Amino acid sequence: MAEHLLEVRDLSVRFHTARGVVNAVNGISWHLDRGETLAILGESGSGKSVSASAIMNLIDCPPGEITSGQILFEGRDLLTLGGEARREINGRRIAMIFQDPLSHLNPVYPVGWQIAEAGMAHGESRHDAYARTLELMRRVGIPEPDAAMKKYPHQFSGGQRQRLMIAMALVLKPDILIADEPTTALDVTVQAEVLSLLEELQEETGMGLLLITHDLGVVAEAADRAVVMQGGRIVETGTPRELYHNAQHPYTRKLLAAAPGKGAMRQADERPAPILQVRGLTKSYGAFTALKCADFDLRAGETLAVVGESGSGKSTVARLILRLEEASGGEALWKGEDLLKKSHRQMAPLRRQLQMVFQDPTQSLAPHMSVFEIISEAWAIHRDILPKARWRARVTELLEQVGLQPEHADRYPHQFSGGQRQRIAIARALALEPELIICDEAVSALDVSIQAQVIDLLGRLRDELGIAFIFIAHDLPVVRDFADRVLVMQKGEIVEQGPVTEIFERPRELYTQRLLAAGLDADPDVQAGRRAARLALAG
Amino acid sequence: MLWADKFAFAAALFLMLMLLFAIFGPALLDGVASKQNLRARNAAPFTVERGFLYLLGGDALGRPLLARIIVAAQNTLTIAAGAVAASMVIGSTLGLIAGYAGKTTGEVIMRLADVIMSFPSLLLAVIVLYMLEPSIGNLVLVLAITRIPIYLRTTRAEVLEVRERMFVQAAQVMGASTSRIIFRHILPVILPTLLTIATLDFAFVMLAESALSFLGIGIQPPEVTWGLMVSQGRQYLTNAWWLAFWPGLMIILTTMSLNLLSGWMRVALNPTQRWRLELGGKRNG
Repeated sequence: MAEHLLEVRDLSVRFHTARGVVNAVNGISWHLDRGETLAILGESGSGKSVSASAIMNLIDCPPGEITSGQILFEGRDLLTLGGEARREINGRRIAMIFQDPLSHLNPVYPVGWQIAEAGMAHGESRHDAYARTLELMRRVGIPEPDAAMKKYPHQFSGGQRQRLMIAMALVLKPDILIADEPTTALDVTVQAEVLSLLEELQEETGMGLLLITHDLGVVAEAADRAVVMQGGRIVETGTPRELYHNAQHPYTRKLLAAAPGKGAMRQADERPAPILQVRGLTKSYGAFTALKCADFDLRAGETLAVVGESGSGKSTVARLILRLEEASGGEALWKGEDLLKKSHRQMAPLRRQLQMVFQDPTQSLAPHMSVFEIISEAWAIHRDILPKARWRARVTELLEQVGLQPEHADRYPHQFSGGQRQRIAIARALALEPELIICDEAVSALDVSIQAQVIDLLGRLRDELGIAFIFIAHDLPVVRDFADRVLVMQKGEIVEQGPVTEIFERPRELYTQRLLAAGLDADPDVQAGRRAARLALAG
Repeated sequence: MLWADKFAFAAALFLMLMLLFAIFGPALLDGVASKQNLRARNAAPFTVERGFLYLLGGDALGRPLLARIIVAAQNTLTIAAGAVAASMVIGSTLGLIAGYAGKTTGEVIMRLADVIMSFPSLLLAVIVLYMLEPSIGNLVLVLAITRIPIYLRTTRAEVLEVRERMFVQAAQVMGASTSRIIFRHILPVILPTLLTIATLDFAFVMLAESALSFLGIGIQPPEVTWGLMVSQGRQYLTNAWWLAFWPGLMIILTTMSLNLLSGWMRVALNPTQRWRLELGGKRNG
């Protein structure tokens, strides 16, 4: 049998927690060869990161315990090596990059020093380490590397920080690079760039790349082989193409089915007069303009998607309309009345018609209130909706409507999973019987299959209750399935708006085309086409 | 749930006992506690030949220490609880206003706090008590004023952080009134912090009161507090340690009990932490 660069054999890890023993991974085996990209695909809690942590000796024991298995690196079992030998391999031979580069860069040191430090810690001379840092920063595409060496992490954008992390990982020319969700926190266009950078670097150095991700698109774009994990076990292994076209395991099929962007697009039909008219909406912070003269209409029962990258001002639109921040100019006419000119007292009764669902349900639900209290608060604020005697019954009804159990009413938010929490947040919004719900990245933080369920739920509510939605997202496939009309934003300006079919099939603006090409599709063949389009646009 | 935390349970029992002392002690033992008996001057503890009231020994005038400690519980706890409660209520209310209201109001309140803090608290107390009659009421007032900034600044800092949290914004979107947001959403989050500070402050106030009593502007004999007993016993430390030791021990135990109880309360009031108690003290691994 040919020897693999890295091989994990029958690895089991469990954690002792206050609630008993949790088996994080159960007898998993996989291998990685030189010059190969292996993706570990799974949703949160599937144990996809645990094997990487075991390789890097990052599992705290206790509470963790490696109960069985071997991790063979060039034939040596890492688990039986001593601490000194492990440190020699970590960093020098096997390097790792993480999801959130900002929290892994030290804010008080210049980045050049931090990258060179990795070299110096492993015995390079100061001069060599700095020379190599400069070369690497140029290689990963940081503009003006000489000046950039002396800058601090906060002076870089998210994508640049991830490039810096990659440079830091490559200082010692590792044989294996482990990337744990390297692009999850990045915008689509930046994500595509970082993935191609990783690929180029791999071709140059011939290192093995272990890519841990939850995103089928990332697998289709970058992986040579993929293992699919669920509940601590590997359910399926294969090339992305095999997995996509010929998935054997029901879980893989479920994941693929949940991937958004395949259903029929909604046809925008002629609808009644607009309920919300936004004209010249502007917001500036000092000299910086976050939103420039936004104009758009929303008709009753319509779903308007607002897409754009971070910093494009899409959340600002929502916050201004709901008066969470004061606009610098323009007007927002809700049924003919300007929301921006209302006093806070006049605004209060209108608020029940306009609701919002936030991105992160963990933060948007008060941790000290039970679900019943959270949902019924709506009626405590607006006393005319429902008499107190009927609160309990209505909460039960709402919970059932969003797919939860009546007995969940007396639990607290932390006792639910992310998807369930978002359902609670939706139930809270529905309690006021609103006519418009603004979803600010409401499904971005959720796993693919949960995301599909929440989108289904929102779609059902739209059809049953005739609620209009403003759906803010950076994820284009989700928008494609759900929206009637799309509004594309860039740097505080609306660059293009139109019916969903038009935006997705005949985008006029270059930026929209770039955005569409940068989005990752779960189908490797479609993805290959996108990639070609992306290169054409870039060239 | 209190039973799940044995230390907190013991602390609650101890505090209950102190409360009983404070309520019934003076009525039952006042005569005994102030009756001088020169033959029992600085009587050693742990003998019952003079009766069990002398179990902890006698003071410089031969009064039984145990009886005096029980009687002193009333004044001590009234002053400490009164001062802590008053400073916490006033301080956190001002802090909530400073944190949530506009910039100007906040600035004015913070500068007031700075004024109080820049003035040595003991000096302030001396001046006020010199001008006013030294009484329990005035003592509470003075101690409360000097401790207000602690709560004010903590509350304001916490409010500034909590008001930016998502669930507060969610409440705003629902149209919740300002008072609703403050009392229903912000206060429950910062209350555990305030209670923890309050229990620590309890000890500080007891000792500050004894310092004032020592200077002769606090509680006036024959009234007695634990702090006063400590300062009176100080000069006998070398030959009769028990004079200062027992009341000092009471101060420590009371503070410690409050602290344990507040620790338990912080866990019990927090839905995300409550399972630690429901687990029943069992541990894994």
